[in-house]
Amino acid sequence: MNAQAYNFAYLDEQTKRMIRRAILKAVAVPGYQVPFASREMPMPYGWGTGGVQVTAAVLGPDDVLKVIDQGSDDTTNAVSIRKFFAKTAGVATTTRTEDATVIQTRHRIPEAQLTEDQILVFQVPIPEPLRFLEPRETETRRMHALADYGVMHVKLYEDIARHGHIATTYAYPVKVADRYVMDPSPTPKFDNPKMDNCPALQLFGAGREKRIYAIPPYTSVVSLDFEDHPFEPYRQDAPCALCGATDSYLDEVIMDDRGSRMFVCSDSDYCASRRDAAAPAEQAGAAHDA
Amino acid sequence: MYVAAKGGERAIEAAHRLLAHERRGDPSVPELTLAQIGEQLTLAVDRVMTEGSLYDRELAALAIKQARGDLIEAIFLLRAFRTTLPRFGASEPLDTSAMQMRRRISATFKDLPGGQILGPTFDYTHRLLDPELAAGEAPHPPSRAPSSDAAMPRVTDFLADDDLIERSPGADTDAAVGDLTQTPLEFPAGRDVRLQNLARGDEGFLLALGYSTQRGYGRTHPFAGEIRMGEVEVSFHAEEVGFAVPLGRITVTECQTVNQFQGSATEPPRFTRGYGLCFGHCERKAMAMALVDRALRTRELGQEINAPAQDEEFVLSHSDNVQATGFVEHLKLPHYVDFQAELGLLRKMRTEFDAAREPEATREAAE
Repeated sequence: MNAQAYNFAYLDEQTKRMIRRAILKAVAVPGYQVPFASREMPMPYGWGTGGVQVTAAVLGPDDVLKVIDQGSDDTTNAVSIRKFFAKTAGVATTTRTEDATVIQTRHRIPEAQLTEDQILVFQVPIPEPLRFLEPRETETRRMHALADYGVMHVKLYEDIARHGHIATTYAYPVKVADRYVMDPSPTPKFDNPKMDNCPALQLFGAGREKRIYAIPPYTSVVSLDFEDHPFEPYRQDAPCALCGATDSYLDEVIMDDRGSRMFVCSDSDYCASRRDAAAPAEQAGAAHDA
Repeated sequence: MYVAAKGGERAIEAAHRLLAHERRGDPSVPELTLAQIGEQLTLAVDRVMTEGSLYDRELAALAIKQARGDLIEAIFLLRAFRTTLPRFGASEPLDTSAMQMRRRISATFKDLPGGQILGPTFDYTHRLLDPELAAGEAPHPPSRAPSSDAAMPRVTDFLADDDLIERSPGADTDAAVGDLTQTPLEFPAGRDVRLQNLARGDEGFLLALGYSTQRGYGRTHPFAGEIRMGEVEVSFHAEEVGFAVPLGRITVTECQTVNQFQGSATEPPRFTRGYGLCFGHCERKAMAMALVDRALRTRELGQEINAPAQDEEFVLSHSDNVQATGFVEHLKLPHYVDFQAELGLLRKMRTEFDAAREPEATREAAE
């Protein structure tokens, strides 16, 4: 069996139409989780099957695809998904955020400002923001229908009562277009403000849980908080050791077994372009990690 | 060093080459053929076809070979192929009373029309390792009996004639058959979708759940009314010709349990049913499926739900081993950025904790 045995971007056209219908509904009702007939994909559930199906449904032959995991183009699963689409769709791929028309991501939003010409596709493990407060789908769907989100505020309040602050650091719940509480996928809460009023279309695919949801361009996305305990994005208190950025989310890299460490940009493209811009002459010496 | 912390394209390729090398094993040992797997590891093939929900012995054998004998991985391979196949429609319902029987037993009646047929079973073998088999042996030819084309009524049909067991729920022939590979699972799930989910479900998971009902977590008082295994004809209603056209024969195992039921406000006391059906010879799975099917009818029968096996959302949401293995194993994927966020919170909480434990005077001085 070779790649030619499969349709453009792997999925058959009927399946893509079904997914596109779900996407349209998701865009029409921002933040609402639309059930869709998720297919079995040739990669495991939990490894991006939802994002891959959304990408397959929106991808055209002229698109330029970027895939990141943990902010980097070079993490194993990002490499694997990028190769999958290069093989099954033959589309051009890139690691440069500004050159991409479709960006599939796991756990991060790129640091560079996205544009109206871009679609950001998130891989989502558990789409239901209320799941860990209420395990039953029948119950959580009812709660969303009634906008019954008291239990979430109680949880955040209990965090403050117990720890002095909200103890959710990633997958931090947001309210979309003043209606649905939504799980932003396990992105660190540092990325939450980027979702608000974003010019790019943001699509979320959860394959195993069979849900698609969306944030249309220029939609309000508010991280849940309290007046006296406003939402605060967290960032490590250090500049990037490679490019010196003080505004990017950082990965901590342990240097040796004596506990020395350094912080570097999690967004590898952002870091590389800053280094290229700062020292075009020294480029030969700088390790381009993309 | 920083670059090395990230995986790379070359690392993946090298890992895949190594995998292929390990799969082959010692090259001086002859390579397995699909025919060998299909003929000699038949029950593994049957399980992969059942949970992969694709009846194709050769592809299942290929999946087992490719997966190095890891059956869940093989099921996954088969599912990922199946999902790309076009759907023409649903077959006519199988008539298992017209089965060409290879095995048929009932634990509820000593003898019954058609008789008990043990067939090829591990039952009553002594589980003693057989050194002669290690050396390879040509087994004695099996004894043969003339086959009968007469339809063999199901045990549950005898009971139904006296209204001692509930009627088999008649399907609405006009309604489309539910298919959870085409429509997302919703709760409460209909019987068709529930049975499809269980048929695709993990044998081990259903076995444990069925077992739990026997040990008191949602007792269903089951009897193995009948287990039958053999070949049945599959036919498909072709619009063009206006009648059902036979497509071929497949091997299936069917289990019907007969479960005690005291009756409720709405239902008279009579036996109830649990149903299991699998491709090939998957008897353990069919029995477990029937136990769980009956347990999941608790609400429908007006009984109280108080055990995991009776909880539809719990069972149907966690039965699929391809979903389960994917999500469990996704923990191997990098989680750097979320872990970094957690680390940040933990450090902040530790600082606050340590500050709170400092002597009062130091803190006042600090303020």
